[in-house]
Amino acid sequence: MRTVVIQPVFEAWRESARELLALRVPPSEVLWADDAQEPALFGPSNETLPRVAVPNVPSAFLDMARSVAAHTDARRWSVLYRVLWRLTHGDERHLLAISTDPDMRQVQQWCKAIGRDIHKMHAFVRFRLVGNDAITGREQFVAWFEPEYRIVRLAAGFFEKRFAGMDWSILTPHECVHWDGSAIHFTLGVSRSAAPDDDALDDLWRTYYRSIFNPARLKVRAMQAEMPKKYWKNLPEASLITELIAESGGRVEKMLTTDLRPAKPAPKNAYLDSLRKMNALDSPSLPPTQEP
Amino acid sequence: MELQQKLEILADAAKYDASCASSGAARKDSRGGKGVGSTGGAGICHSYAPDGRCISLLKVLLTNACLYDCHYCINRRSSNVQRARFTPDEVVQLTLDFYKRNYIEGLFLSSGIIRSADYTMELVIDVARKLREEHHFRGYIHLKTIPEASPSLIELAGRYADRISINIELPTQEGLTKLAPEKNLARTQDAMGHIRNKIDERHADKRKPDAPKPPPFATGQSTQMIVGADDSTDAVILRRADVLYGDYHLRRVYYSGFSPIPEPSLLLPIKAPPLVREHRLYQADWLLRFYGFRVDEITTDASPNLDLHLDPKLAWALRNRAVFPADVNKASRESLLRVPGLGVRNVNRILSARRYTRLRLADLLRLRVPMKKVMPFIIAADHNPARLGLDDEALRARFLPPPRQTELDFDASMAVPSDIDSARTGQM
Ligand code: SF4
Repeated sequence: MRTVVIQPVFEAWRESARELLALRVPPSEVLWADDAQEPALFGPSNETLPRVAVPNVPSAFLDMARSVAAHTDARRWSVLYRVLWRLTHGDERHLLAISTDPDMRQVQQWCKAIGRDIHKMHAFVRFRLVGNDAITGREQFVAWFEPEYRIVRLAAGFFEKRFAGMDWSILTPHECVHWDGSAIHFTLGVSRSAAPDDDALDDLWRTYYRSIFNPARLKVRAMQAEMPKKYWKNLPEASLITELIAESGGRVEKMLTTDLRPAKPAPKNAYLDSLRKMNALDSPSLPPTQEP
Repeated sequence: MELQQKLEILADAAKYDASCASSGAARKDSRGGKGVGSTGGAGICHSYAPDGRCISLLKVLLTNACLYDCHYCINRRSSNVQRARFTPDEVVQLTLDFYKRNYIEGLFLSSGIIRSADYTMELVIDVARKLREEHHFRGYIHLKTIPEASPSLIELAGRYADRISINIELPTQEGLTKLAPEKNLARTQDAMGHIRNKIDERHADKRKPDAPKPPPFATGQSTQMIVGADDSTDAVILRRADVLYGDYHLRRVYYSGFSPIPEPSLLLPIKAPPLVREHRLYQADWLLRFYGFRVDEITTDASPNLDLHLDPKLAWALRNRAVFPADVNKASRESLLRVPGLGVRNVNRILSARRYTRLRLADLLRLRVPMKKVMPFIIAADHNPARLGLDDEALRARFLPPPRQTELDFDASMAVPSDIDSARTGQM
């Protein structure tokens, strides 16, 4: 039995896994452990590592492994290595097609959790305007976000594509990402106090949120399933939720007890006249309605 | 009037439109450009309101003044609601400001009809043009169009928008004549046909590289039907939806359960349909589009309305118990899709896994299949539902919800056909 201590990033696992595989060390003889030290920032993937001859594995597996690496479950390295072993030395080339296999199922569930976390980061980051660049004049924005897993690198590309025309930073406790119009770079995590608390537009956004809500269709559980409370503290609109729910009953009651409004006659308008003429022409030739 | 007050009025006026999709656009992004914006991904819900609806777009009306008198609508001319009107520049600025803060991923712009269809369309198009051409905005734009607008204006709208839509509102002309006297079903469908042709042209171009390139056009159209404002049965509603999907290739039909509005009309029933009816219609719609069902299987002459207590697939299965059980190790894809509790994604997983292994109940459990629902309808390597011979009522009773059920959550993301695993290989 050997213990392999790695920094908790995909590249480190891949490097070790590649060596173990070349030495034909079966999964049952390896214990994986995270390096207790906070990792130094890993650069973009290490193509400079010495190449050890290993069989090809489906690229879908590498994508999954990259995703799973961002998870925090301590078992992830050993499960990944076991899947890798089964794919290569275990004569189970088809393992990825078998979602019912316990290892595959576990890997897929971790991937799903990571995918969801990335998706929520794309959705719930809120940028705050902090100024304009003195030289380029570009607007500069900063956001604070607290992802559940270490997904900043996996999530960053989306922001680059979407917000190429402005400068921005997203700060998180683990790692921060910055864009200046030409390149993405990463720095160590910071604390919440490094980020601005609000933005001049937040009030207008809350006005929108309040107005688009329909009090006659209250479905609080459906909202919370998709926007769990843990995100609320960083969403400017979330401060309205309690009051909107509380008011909704009274608002509906008022609708139901209002006097019904009679129809008003049509105003004089040439366009309405032309519609009426068209309707008169159309109706005789209308297809019979649906009942067969 | 202050911008904030306009926003309050014109967002309030837009909230009865259920459409929120921001997916299905052509892939584009802001890299190398001068502005912001990207589309082409899965669609992001940037927030949720306590009504459970996703907020992905800034959904507003340009103005809520309207010449029409649609009685389910708060903006109809007979309503005494306060009126407001944005300038095109105000909407442009709001969209950009909201977008840059990542509150939204695009604009859904609609309008009450003022002066004429063409005049209104021109105003709406002007907003989209400014966003695209003056501000290099590459985010999502959904424009509501008016069937009576000139075809050339609809083409122009489609050029700037990722999606365009015309609301059909009610499934029959009788309903429209009564509740939306200015609207006309045949003209609406004609306009949808015109849009469909434009969308097809654009796609045909992709197959023939030497053909002259038609101008860009939206990648899809959608519509909305209001449920419960007239007395149309679910069968009538679903048959209309089926025509719209089949003949006009709509991406989505949204069903919007009529809910009470301030400024209620004398012509409308005051009692709103239960929200669960809308939910069942969405489930039925999914069965039509992804599960190979026909309308006349989902609703019958004897029961033209969906069962509010059971999902429509389960209701169908209970009526057609003779076709079950289906063997998860042998049955065709089509048969498995008809098993209550099996979604498209799990059917794909089953089909893939069973090439290499014999599936047992534990395997299905691992896929998080709802076992209680599925078991009477399937055979697995270690399971044969010998006692499916329960009489109709007993079997139905097993599936009825507990008597007190307050809310129904509709998972709009369910059953998106999943990608087939890629066959490429990579080097470890
Ligand atoms: S056309 Fe009808 S549905 Fe549209 S805003 Fe006017 S009254 Fe409302």
